[in-house]
Amino acid sequence: MPSSTRASRWPTCERAADRIRRHRGNRTGRAAATGFWRRALRHRSFVLGAVLSLLVLGAALLSLVWTPWSAYDIDVASKLHPPSAAHWLGTDVLGRDIVSLLLVGARSTIMVGVIAVGIGLSFGVGLGLIAAARKGWTEELIMRMSDFTFAFPAVLSAIMLAAVAGPGMVTSITAIGIFQIPTFVRVTRGSANAIWAREFVLAARAAGKGSFRITIEHVLPNILSILIVQATIQFALAILAEAALSYLGLGTQPPQPSWGRMLNDAQTLLFQSPMLAVYPGAAIAIAVLGLNLLGDGLRDLLDPRLARER
Amino acid sequence: MSVFFLRRILTLVATLVAASLIIFLVLDALPGNAAQMLMGADASPDAVRALTVKLGLDQPLAVRYLLWLKGMAVGDLGNSYVYGTPVAGLIAERLVLTIPLAIMSMLITVVLALAAGIYTAANHNKLGDVGVMSLTQVGIALPNFWFAILLILLFSVKLQLLSAGGFAGWDDGIWPGIRSLLLPSISLAVVQAAILARVTRSAVLEVLREDFVRTARAKGLGKREVLWRHVLRNAMIPVMTVMGLQFANLLAGTIVIENVFYLPGLGRLIFQSIANRDLIVVRNCVMLLAAMVVIVNFVVDVLYAFIDPRIKVANL
Repeated sequence: MPSSTRASRWPTCERAADRIRRHRGNRTGRAAATGFWRRALRHRSFVLGAVLSLLVLGAALLSLVWTPWSAYDIDVASKLHPPSAAHWLGTDVLGRDIVSLLLVGARSTIMVGVIAVGIGLSFGVGLGLIAAARKGWTEELIMRMSDFTFAFPAVLSAIMLAAVAGPGMVTSITAIGIFQIPTFVRVTRGSANAIWAREFVLAARAAGKGSFRITIEHVLPNILSILIVQATIQFALAILAEAALSYLGLGTQPPQPSWGRMLNDAQTLLFQSPMLAVYPGAAIAIAVLGLNLLGDGLRDLLDPRLARER
Repeated sequence: MSVFFLRRILTLVATLVAASLIIFLVLDALPGNAAQMLMGADASPDAVRALTVKLGLDQPLAVRYLLWLKGMAVGDLGNSYVYGTPVAGLIAERLVLTIPLAIMSMLITVVLALAAGIYTAANHNKLGDVGVMSLTQVGIALPNFWFAILLILLFSVKLQLLSAGGFAGWDDGIWPGIRSLLLPSISLAVVQAAILARVTRSAVLEVLREDFVRTARAKGLGKREVLWRHVLRNAMIPVMTVMGLQFANLLAGTIVIENVFYLPGLGRLIFQSIANRDLIVVRNCVMLLAAMVVIVNFVVDVLYAFIDPRIKVANL
């Protein structure tokens, strides 16, 4: 979306209102925070997204201390059991408990997502801030490079990496992380440019601050909310990519359980135990849906101007 | 006019060269030697050296890169390390499947997305809008390969209408082929369509707020007419941008989906080649996919200029 053109179309009075609102937020930080939570709890997609995301996070944390059965012990004698009191969702072809696999799978999913988004955030935001601060050929170079990275979707770079370095979690994290960088570069640079054009940056410069200090003290805090929203959505994309890569055998390797891998195993047994293919996919969909709703909700809550658009 | 195109074409060429360089460096310069990989860790050094010379891997990196570029220009991509047959032929065999798959998916995507997007925008905030938008929210969250498996469960396992995988080929007419690509293309399209529908909806809504829409209504045009004649054309720009970007996802998606349905397309070829350590095939396949993405986005860029001549001026 061309956010810059949209911003320029806003009438001055709304910009002024925006400025006043920011001021008010600064003056009474705690009041603003409680206001945020009051609005948040009334926001339907935010609440639903938060509940779903917490569910997945809770599953991952729970798996660290407790799973109904071990997710690693193979017990072929009790393979492909239907759901029962002992195995709530049954067992897979190696006799592993599905609930335990799903819980531990949540952990791998979140881990890959966090690291990949971390890579994207640190490189992407850094490069985006540099592009906005330095302008000129530096900006041109960074933007061309990020345009160009779009030509390599995560699956494609994972394939290249897997071809030389072998498949594995590191391969998939690296590939997904690299794929995340250009999006963060674009978002950061776009919103940072808008901040650089504001009067308070001019004032800061008049006060003798250099571009590095302005970036850290003025630009970054002001684009933080946009970055949080973007990171939430990128997290969802990372989960989808991780699932696809594990499904293809390029990501998380057995015996480490992962949702994508479970789907791959289940596909060979579609006629025998179709439900095995349903649970892991549903888990992925819940995680992604939760994060997407959370991101949408956060965007509405952190930037009320955009709320009207939807 | 010509300056606009010249700039775009130069960017296109530069991007393609950069992409080829990266692919070459990652696949050919990183650790290990293709010959060693092919023969395994315990091959005798003499045999490895002989194979290295035979494959032309003893030449300097720069020479090999330039030879590859030259080969691409004249259509000679070298021979597969494993099959010994020309890589170009191997790829061409697979494209017969992958290109129709991509086109079918894109068609289904566009039809679904435009229908849903225009419908929801025209019924803004009504029940239908909210319902369809919730559906798209779920659609975006579905992993396409899982949706594919669900489709197999429904149509192949339960209803037994379509086969769970494999490709019938184009020899017995067009229908058997299309039939076997039906589930794969639907599973690719539904997720993309969900995203595109949301983009279409917000683009149409944005244009509906413009002054010229009010003017058109004021001069007596009907709602429907305004929508089709004035709004859509103006709303197409963001929609097309996203379509271009989605094409990259679509190609990446075909790699995954071909594996779900055991389709002998480009994606399967890449996977077999990785398993066989046939790096020359991997290299050319990845280059082809990357080039397709870059070229499609180039075409989208140029198409903008036709839809909205203002862009040409702005980008000079």
